[in-house]
Amino acid sequence: MDNDEERLSLQLDLARRLVEQLEAGDRAGADESIRQLRLPYERELFEELGKLTRDLHEALNSFRGDSRLIELTRDEIPDAKERLNYVVSMTEQATHRTLNALDESMPIAESLHDRSATLHEQWSRFRNRELSVDEFRELARELDDFLTQSGQETERLKSLMSEILMAQDYQDLTGQIIRRVIRLVHEVEENLVGLIRLSSARMELPKVAKASPDETEASEIRGHGPIVPNTQDAGADVVSGQDDVDALLSSLGF
Amino acid sequence: MKILIVDDFSTMRRIIKNLLRELGFSNTSEADDGSTALPMLKSGGFDFLITDWNMPNMEGIALLKAVRADPMLKSLPVLMVTAEAKRDQIVEAAQAGVNGYIVKPFTAETLKEKIDKIFERLDAQG
Repeated sequence: MDNDEERLSLQLDLARRLVEQLEAGDRAGADESIRQLRLPYERELFEELGKLTRDLHEALNSFRGDSRLIELTRDEIPDAKERLNYVVSMTEQATHRTLNALDESMPIAESLHDRSATLHEQWSRFRNRELSVDEFRELARELDDFLTQSGQETERLKSLMSEILMAQDYQDLTGQIIRRVIRLVHEVEENLVGLIRLSSARMELPKVAKASPDETEASEIRGHGPIVPNTQDAGADVVSGQDDVDALLSSLGF
Repeated sequence: MKILIVDDFSTMRRIIKNLLRELGFSNTSEADDGSTALPMLKSGGFDFLITDWNMPNMEGIALLKAVRADPMLKSLPVLMVTAEAKRDQIVEAAQAGVNGYIVKPFTAETLKEKIDKIFERLDAQG
């Protein structure tokens, strides 16, 4: 209170002096009085500005320390791009595998169909007693061939069908990879929200999502999904296929 | 022979189901992760378990451990069919008592071979 009153009377004195100086035409004296009147407000402004600068500095420092954003941008995004490229090539391979099997199956099915249609026609003529002895011999030979070949060809068709069946495993394998990328996108989103919160006027310290300690600890044992070449997976100690798995298990006494 | 197939991808469950039918096992059921599989197993009647590893909620390795810890289920044969390829993980599964481990992508022959091997070994143990 005292301080305020003191300040008020000081300002009043200064104001009176300013009026006198202006009336007397004393420009230099008036400028000096105006500067003195402004002084307390300037100090407040500078103090506020200094505090804001300090807050910003601290917030930026803590963000830099906590944030995974840099790591995400530098390592994980290029990694995710590689994973998605791998998904594209896996789906392409699976589609070719399926189409190749179909390309081979269709002519087999067509030829089976055509030959059985011809034989059926001949058979009908035989039943109607329209065939000569020579024609019947011919039919018997053709039937013999057909029965032998159709056995082999349907066997081949069955194996092409199971090729098509197995080609569909790409949906599981690429699905696991895509889910992993979705988790990464989610993490980037959370970090960006943290960044926006930091740059907002409220100057709250960003709450950046960090991998929880038990999550990193158990990560060796947790499911990862398929190993993708040219990614961070390359550093992991992984098996190269079923033979490798069998060798490892047999070394463990399996 | 009743077999439970556990995988979060319905496409993979269908593939395994088809392969098993080819091998003469047509009595199969499906579950989409460990937490749905475990109650099914506990309600009884299953002779064989085929499970993926990487699944939401309850992973295959946790399901395997839960099966081995359950007095009723502890001797149930378990075959893992998974894309998980880290050596540490395979060792972990072996220590948890898995009966066979197949890495994806796999072939029909591999599945047949591993199932045959599991039964051979079980028969040998009596």
